[in-house]
Amino acid sequence: MDKLIEILKEIHPDVDFETENALVDDGILDSLDIVTLITEINDRFDVSIPAEEIIPENFNSAAALYDLITRLDED
Amino acid sequence: MAFTSVEFICFLAVTVLLYYLIPKRTQWPLLLLASYIFYFLAGGWYLPFIATTTVSSYFAAVIMLRSSEKEKNYIESNRDNMSKDERKTYKAVQKKKRFRILVAALILNFGILGVLKYTGFTLSNINSLIGFFGGQDKISVPSLILPLGISFYTFQTMGYLIDVYRNTTTAEKNIFRLALFVSFFPQLVQGPISRHSELASQLYEKHTASWSVIAPGALRVCWGYFKKLVIADTLMVAIKAIVESPAEHEGMYVVYLIIMYSAEIYADFTGGIDITIGVAQMLGIRVTENFNRPFCSKSTKEYWRRWHITMGSWFSDYVFYPVSICKPMQKLSKFSRAKLGAAVGKRIPVYLATILTWFLTGLWHGAGWNFIVWGLLNCLIILVSQELQPLYDRFNNKHKALADSRGWEVFCQVRTFLLMGIIRILDCYRDVPLTFKMFGTVFYSFSSWRDLFNGSLSDLGVSLSQYAVVIVAIIIVWAVSRKTEEGALFGEKLCSRPLLFSFCAAGLIAATLIFGSYGIGYDASQFIYSQF
Repeated sequence: MDKLIEILKEIHPDVDFETENALVDDGILDSLDIVTLITEINDRFDVSIPAEEIIPENFNSAAALYDLITRLDED
Repeated sequence: MAFTSVEFICFLAVTVLLYYLIPKRTQWPLLLLASYIFYFLAGGWYLPFIATTTVSSYFAAVIMLRSSEKEKNYIESNRDNMSKDERKTYKAVQKKKRFRILVAALILNFGILGVLKYTGFTLSNINSLIGFFGGQDKISVPSLILPLGISFYTFQTMGYLIDVYRNTTTAEKNIFRLALFVSFFPQLVQGPISRHSELASQLYEKHTASWSVIAPGALRVCWGYFKKLVIADTLMVAIKAIVESPAEHEGMYVVYLIIMYSAEIYADFTGGIDITIGVAQMLGIRVTENFNRPFCSKSTKEYWRRWHITMGSWFSDYVFYPVSICKPMQKLSKFSRAKLGAAVGKRIPVYLATILTWFLTGLWHGAGWNFIVWGLLNCLIILVSQELQPLYDRFNNKHKALADSRGWEVFCQVRTFLLMGIIRILDCYRDVPLTFKMFGTVFYSFSSWRDLFNGSLSDLGVSLSQYAVVIVAIIIVWAVSRKTEEGALFGEKLCSRPLLFSFCAAGLIAATLIFGSYGIGYDASQFIYSQF
């Protein structure tokens, strides 16, 4: 989780990712951020996020994103 | 058989009547039969094309489904004997097989669309190049038929195939059921582009006739006719007059065109979608909304989340994101971040995917440079706005009271409306240099503004009394959209008040019959988006 927070902080240093749970719905993460995030996750977690998983529910909070990474890694 | 024809209204009445009279298990086969009759009446030669899309998609989806089931069973029965890496490798091999099937089906179906829609455009451009380099031998440009709604049903069906590949929807095992999903007649003219997971199950369910099902649908259909016949088709006459003789209609007329074409296309497209959604609703089927008050948008990005929503989400889900996160793009992103820095590097895949998406969006609308330039101008506005966002944020923070005011909101809405309206006239003139030239006249042909006050506007084929009717109709549409989300007026609430419902329905029908533009001299048969 710390590694993921670190990636998110690199993109938006001013956001409290531990508590924020509407990252997409509130427009904090836009398409540019999401694509950057996916590239970084692919690099550092060795998990590739497919396009069909790009839905707000998976990106609205760090916790949801971490769950997605864990699920894809287990698959 | 056009939506705005008496034949269609009779066809609809007979279909709805039979639909609720026959045994419920035969409802969906009746819908399939009605859809094919509707399509046959639109053009008998269209049928082989929609049938090819249906059959090829059916087999591709079933093969992918079988492969997925085989993979699942194999993994389940060998879970204990396989390591995590072995499982991943096996899955990757199976997925690659499914990917090949998907690609073959996409090539076939987009190929059909491409050949029918873009052959003439491609050959004309090749001929221009031959002429430019002094060549004499030009290729003859064949005149190919373009089946009604081919862009819509191809995109909807290819979306279904991609969803089956992604396991986000179930493959249809009955070819006739799939045929209904592909050809569902209310959607054939101009969409919306529905998702299989949202529409399909409703098509095959058993539906019971009731006031709360049929009445709101019928009212929505009336609302669609009102928009189409009272606003769109009246304004179309004046717009045609301006576009057909541009030399006589400069300056003020171009400003008129920018505003009135926006009103026309809004009334035409949303009116058509109202008819589609209303007809489906009468059959007990909820079709996805395609608009959400687009002219209330404060930015281009927001506008495209509100206008032709199903097309935007199609391109976003099946083009933009897959392209921007594909492996070559990720490699390019890493490379460019290392060479050009993080700020530039991270933008490259997103910007390339955005440009491709908008190029294809333009091309989807039609085979012409005007559509491609229109798409790329949208792209330019979106990318420039994105880059200027930090500047806007600084301004908004510094002038918080102004940024939060209603006046600023209206300014942003008007700015977006005009910006979208200006680039939309590329669709009117269908000639890129002419469009830019005509737009230029706004800034130097000041004498034309006199025509605004000397009655010349009525020389465009629309009388002053017709203008008055159109303006009142636009105010009604605006007031309704201010009070409700798009279409929500026609919900169950109004039906629970029979007197108000009857008054609204009678008013809409009377207004459409009295003030609508139809009959000799009008072309109510065409919806603008049915040509795309």
